[in-house]
Amino acid sequence: MLSFEPRQGGPLTQIATPLLAVLATVLAGAVLFAFVGAAPLATLETIFVAPLTNPFQRSELLVKAAPLALIAIGLSFGFRAGVWNIGAEGQFILGALAGGAVGLAFWQVDGWWLLPLMSLAGMLAGFLWAMIPALLKVKTGANEILVSLMLVYVATNLLSALVAGPLRDPDGFNFPESRLFHDSATLPILVEGTRIHSGIPVVLLIGIGAWVLLSAHVFGFNVRLTGAAPRAARFAGVRPGAMVIVCLGLSGALAGLAGTFEAAGPAGQLTRDGIANNYGFTAIIVAFLGRLHPLGILLGALALAVTEIGGEGAQVVHGLPAAATDVFQGLLLFFLLAFDTGTRYRIRVATRRTA
Amino acid sequence: MSPAGARALRGQMIVIGAALVVLALFADVNGIRPVLLYASVIAAAQPLVFAAIGEMVVERAGVLNLGVEGMMIVGAITGFATAVGTGSALLGVVAGALGGAALSLIFGVLTQIFLANQVATGLALTLFGLGFAALIGQSYTGQTPPPFPRVDLFLLSDAPVIGRLLFAHDLLVYVGIALVTVVWGWISFTRHGLILRAVGEDHDAAHALGYPVIAIRMAAIAFGGACAGIGGAYLSLVRVPLWSEGMTAGIGWIALAIVVFGAWAPWRVMLGAYLFGGVTILQLNMQAEGITVLWLLTFAFFLLAVQASVDAIIHGRGRIGLVVFLWASTLAAGSIAVFAPITISSEYLSMAPYLATIIVLVVMASDTAQARLRAPGALGRVFRPRD
Repeated sequence: MLSFEPRQGGPLTQIATPLLAVLATVLAGAVLFAFVGAAPLATLETIFVAPLTNPFQRSELLVKAAPLALIAIGLSFGFRAGVWNIGAEGQFILGALAGGAVGLAFWQVDGWWLLPLMSLAGMLAGFLWAMIPALLKVKTGANEILVSLMLVYVATNLLSALVAGPLRDPDGFNFPESRLFHDSATLPILVEGTRIHSGIPVVLLIGIGAWVLLSAHVFGFNVRLTGAAPRAARFAGVRPGAMVIVCLGLSGALAGLAGTFEAAGPAGQLTRDGIANNYGFTAIIVAFLGRLHPLGILLGALALAVTEIGGEGAQVVHGLPAAATDVFQGLLLFFLLAFDTGTRYRIRVATRRTA
Repeated sequence: MSPAGARALRGQMIVIGAALVVLALFADVNGIRPVLLYASVIAAAQPLVFAAIGEMVVERAGVLNLGVEGMMIVGAITGFATAVGTGSALLGVVAGALGGAALSLIFGVLTQIFLANQVATGLALTLFGLGFAALIGQSYTGQTPPPFPRVDLFLLSDAPVIGRLLFAHDLLVYVGIALVTVVWGWISFTRHGLILRAVGEDHDAAHALGYPVIAIRMAAIAFGGACAGIGGAYLSLVRVPLWSEGMTAGIGWIALAIVVFGAWAPWRVMLGAYLFGGVTILQLNMQAEGITVLWLLTFAFFLLAVQASVDAIIHGRGRIGLVVFLWASTLAAGSIAVFAPITISSEYLSMAPYLATIIVLVVMASDTAQARLRAPGALGRVFRPRD
C-alpha cells in the first residue's frame, strides 16, 4: 500500500517533472508505434529529431510555438485559480474571424494602423466569446467547462458558414475560403526564407509581461492565492465571480489575439482547415507542461511544436495519421499528471498501522 | 425524493411531454412520418443513453470523468475493428465495452491512486482517446461492418403502429432500457447502491465506516468506461454504421451535460438523452428539407414558455410578465416562420445540439437550490486516505 504525504516540491522537482514526463512519453510512444506496425526508431527520429536538425523545420518551430504559448499563457491564470476554460479553440477561431474580417473590410487599404486594429478586433472577439461562459457561470452557475467546450463546436460551424458565405473570396470560384490578405493586413516576415513573422516577438513580450503580472502584481498574487487556498482568498477580499470573469476574459483575449496572428501570419487567409487546427486544445497541454508558469510555457510550447511538426513529417514519411500527434500529446499529459504526484506528495510504501 | 423535488420533476415532465407532442405534430405537418421519426430519434439517442447512464454512476460515486468523449471513440473503433475482424457485430459491442473500460482505467489509476486532478486527467483522456482511435482506425476507413441483428418478435413487430414503436428496434435499444432499469433499481434499493452513494456524498465518512472508497470508485469508473464504449460501438456499428476519424463529434461532452440535466437520476438521464436525440434528428431533417430555422427558435420559445407557465402554476413563483412575453415571442417567431420563411446555411443548424446543451446547462444551474441538493457532495474532490 502506498501512502501520500503532502509536501512542497522544491525548484528541482518542478523542473525535473516535465523532463521526466517527456522522456516517458518518448518511450511509451515507441512501444505504441511498434504496436501499430510502424518502425519505432525511424518514426521517433522523424517526430523528435528531424524538427531540430532540418533548418526550415527549425524555423517552423517558432511559427507553431507562438500561438500555443500565447493561448497557454492566458489559460494558465485560470487553471491556477480553478477556472477551467476548455474552449480556447473557440476563442481562437473567433479571434481569427474578427481579425480577418477587419483585414478584409479594409481590403487593399494600406496603413500601419491596420494590423493593430485587426489585433484589437481579434482580442475583443475572443474576449466576448469567453464572456459567454464567464457570465453564465457567474450569473447562473452553469458549468464553464461544458459551456466553453460547446462553444467550440458553435465557433467551428460559424467559421465554416462565414468562409462559405459573407467572407468568401468573390473571385474564388465558390471555394469556401476568403481572399488572401493584402500586405498591410499580413504580419511582416522577419527572417527571409522562413515564415517567422512579427507576431512572434510580441508573444515573447506578452510572456514576460505575464511573468511580471503573476509574480509581482497583486492580481497574480490573488490568482495564486485562489488556487492554493480558495477560502483564504475570499477572506482576503478576492471575489470569486470577478476572478472567473477576469481569468476567462484574459485567456479569451489572448486566444483571440493568437487567432488573429494565425490568420494574418501563417494562414494568410480564412479557411476552415487553416484556422480550426486544434491549437486551443494543444495549448492546454502546453500550459501543464510549462507548469502554469509563463516562462515554462514558452519552453513547453516549443516542445509541443516539435511534436506538431514532427507529426506532420511522420504523416508524409511514414504515412501515420495526423492523430498520432494527438496520441503523443495525450500521453504527455498523462505522464505529467502522474509524475506531478511526486512533486506534491512524498510517496512511501506504508506498512499498515492499526488505528 | 423531497416534495419540492417531486414537484420540480412533475414540472419538467410536463415540459418534456409538451416538447414531444409538438415535435410529433411538426413532423407530421411537414410530411415526415412521426413513427419513422421516432425510430431515428431513438437511434440518435441511444449512444447518449449508454454514455450518460455510465457517467451518472461514476458521478454518483463522486468522480467527475470528463473523458467520456475519448472513451466513446475508443469504444467505437475497438468495436468496429472487432466486428469487422470476427464478422460478429455483437462481439464488436463487447469489444467496445472492453475498450472503453480499459481506457477509463488509465483515468482511474491517475486520479484514484496518483491523486491527479480529475478535470485535467479527463481532458487528457479525451485527447489521447481521439488520437489513439484515429491511429488504430486508420486502416478501417471505408469498410462496412457486419449488419447488426434486429430483434424480431414475430407478429408483435409487424403490428401496425405499436409494433414499429415498441418492438422493432435493434437489440441494444432494449439493452439500454434494461441497463437504465437495473442501474435505477441498484442505486435506489440495494445496499451496494447505498454504499456507492455514500462514497459519492462524503468519501471521508465512507472511509471511516470502513468502505473501500478507492476500489468502489475504480469499479464505478470502469463501469462508466464500459458504458461509454458501448455507446461508441453503437455509433460505429448501428447508427452510422461506418468508421471515420472523430466521428463522436462532441457527443461525449453532451452526455456529460445530460447527466446534469437528468440531475443524477437514471430515468431523467434517459429522458434527457432522448430529448437530445430529438434535437439532433430535428436539426438533420430541417437541413434536408430546407425548413426555416425560425421554427427552431419558435420551438425554443415554446419550451421556455411552457417552463415558465409550469413554474407559475405549480410553484406559485415566476412572473406573469415573463410568461406573457415568452408566449408572445413563441407566437411572433411562429408567424414569421409561416409568412416569411428565411433559409440559412446548414452550418447554423448544426449548431443546434450544442446551443441546446448550453441552454440546458443554464436552465438547470439557475435552479440553484435544487441543483446543489442533487449533485453528489464529493463530486470531483480528491480522496486521500489518512489512516
